[in-house]
Amino acid sequence: MVKKLKIILYISIAATCILGFLFPNQHPHFWWQKIPVFDAVFGFIGCVVIVLVSKWIGHGWLMKKEDYYD
Amino acid sequence: MINLPPAFIYIIGALLIPLIRIRILKQALVLLVPAIAFWNLINMPHGVYWTYQFLDYELILGRVDKLSMVFAYVFVIMSFIGMVYAIHIKEYGQHVAALLYVGCTLGVVFAGDMFTLFVFWEIMAISSVFLVFYRKTKRSLEAGFRYILVHLFGGCVLLCGIVIHAVTTGSLAFELFDFGTLAAKFILVGFLLNAAVPPFHAWLADAYPEATITGAVFMTAFTTKSAVYVLLRGFPGTELLVWLGAIMALYGVVYAVLENDIRRLLAYHIISQVGYMVCGVGLGSEMAINGASAHAFCHILYKAVLFMGMGAVVYVTGRSKMTDLQGRDLYKKMPITLALYMVGAFSISAVPLFNGFVSKTMVVAAAGMLHRPSIELMLHLASIGTFLHTGLKLPWGVWFGVKKGDEDVIEDAKEPPFNMLLAMGIAAGLCTLTGVYPKILYDLLPYPVDFHPYTVSSVVAMMQMLVLTLAAFWLYIDKLGGEPTVSLDTDWPYRMFGRVTLWFCNRPLNAIRSMGQDLLSKEVVSVGKISKHPYIFLEMFWNSIQGKRVSYQELIDKPYNENSYRIPLGLSACAAIIFLFLYGLIYMA
Repeated sequence: MVKKLKIILYISIAATCILGFLFPNQHPHFWWQKIPVFDAVFGFIGCVVIVLVSKWIGHGWLMKKEDYYD
Repeated sequence: MINLPPAFIYIIGALLIPLIRIRILKQALVLLVPAIAFWNLINMPHGVYWTYQFLDYELILGRVDKLSMVFAYVFVIMSFIGMVYAIHIKEYGQHVAALLYVGCTLGVVFAGDMFTLFVFWEIMAISSVFLVFYRKTKRSLEAGFRYILVHLFGGCVLLCGIVIHAVTTGSLAFELFDFGTLAAKFILVGFLLNAAVPPFHAWLADAYPEATITGAVFMTAFTTKSAVYVLLRGFPGTELLVWLGAIMALYGVVYAVLENDIRRLLAYHIISQVGYMVCGVGLGSEMAINGASAHAFCHILYKAVLFMGMGAVVYVTGRSKMTDLQGRDLYKKMPITLALYMVGAFSISAVPLFNGFVSKTMVVAAAGMLHRPSIELMLHLASIGTFLHTGLKLPWGVWFGVKKGDEDVIEDAKEPPFNMLLAMGIAAGLCTLTGVYPKILYDLLPYPVDFHPYTVSSVVAMMQMLVLTLAAFWLYIDKLGGEPTVSLDTDWPYRMFGRVTLWFCNRPLNAIRSMGQDLLSKEVVSVGKISKHPYIFLEMFWNSIQGKRVSYQELIDKPYNENSYRIPLGLSACAAIIFLFLYGLIYMA
């Protein structure tokens, strides 16, 4: 099951990236919108950054035991 | 058209509920009220209605234009959905509170002057707090009090602004404000507090998850979005709002990573999503205003689906923490709820064919058109976080999750009652409808729409981002489960201030009080002794002159002896007679 899902994921990554090359943005406002796979890269790196940075801030400072306010 | 402001349809409805004794009629009434209001809206042409003269000012209860109508429509639709979701409830007080709350929100939307706005604004806060109180737990009571205190503070700030505005300009009209004036700054703070813009946002994440299952659904829709409406009306194009909105969009995302309570996670995503709207208000172009209005419309619908879905989980399991839900295979027991929830999740994540895609992209595109690169990227990043949490982490943590082996089985988990599913179904249907056929929504927007969300390149770009977010989620799937913690937020100062105040009262103030009490009570004792038997003190005095030492106790324990009181009584009587005689003499002379 997990293996099948993984294959589907890989195929969809490949498919969206290829489609990105086939259909470039016609009206780019910024230089990065001309890169066909920019959103893919941004999506991946962005997600990793969000998880790591948030957890870092959380564990370092914000997260407290559940009875903190009691 | 009924010649009645829409707000009053709801308020009258709320007042009628306690008068009806039969349950089914009450249920019919709470559904009929939104239906009548909707019919009324359809037949209400643009214009200004219901104006009243008050002192030197003109109160306007019905300013009807495209901007107020788009919000009014979604509020009325949402109130119907919320009522369907809540129809099984036997505590009618909740219906009264909800109808009042919705009515006052409509009052705010149609208010043409600041006084009317303020009155409805305050009743909105007061009626909504009961949706928190009705949960009847200690936590909800405390959260409710914090909620109302914060909102009353915000109301005071707003009132300050209104008064300064009225005094300086001599007008109460609710139009575009000049951001440079002092009055506008006060008014803006009042509005921002209700829009849950950091640092004034903590009330939202604090109170919404503690509200009743059905009450929270109402709360997610009205307070913040009516604040977005007043911002759109009063402060479009304010540069400060662009940045506040973009920061806010990311702020909610960071907290959502850390959150364990399922409804609080969604609450942080309200803050994040309202960030897009606030940013759109700040950008101020026609497209940005359209985007902010459209996003408010869509957000109300999909957030309702999400809150209803998570509310259903809390309703059937009695648990609200991801750590108590993950790994229990809940998806087997409530598949319909899961499916409907996912429609909401896809909508908020801006998956093509769902409504978030047709509204969120409009705000982001507006940022692009105005050439704001950093804002565009920040909003993009927030969008990744949205899919990560509401679309992946939350359903994974609640319905699936890795089995560790020590999970208890949730025996009584099943689908929620039919009316709850129906409400979710209606909202999910509307999310899909506006996603597939956005023209319905675009026709309602304040300005003519020249935006086509479904270009191949934008759909592909969105899919790339979503698929790769999924890949990254897969990578960190173990890290993203819930952790049994609470996160500090900007409510820390006032929660701690309360604690410090309590300590201050308990320790230093109490010490002063008890010192005073000790001192006084000693005096009271001696005064009590004297007044009990004043003569004894004369006796003691007399004894001490004679050099005899007889204690107070001995004297008071002495049995009553009338002979010992003859002398003082005789002396008193004698003195009285002498004085009477002297008085007589003086009077005669």
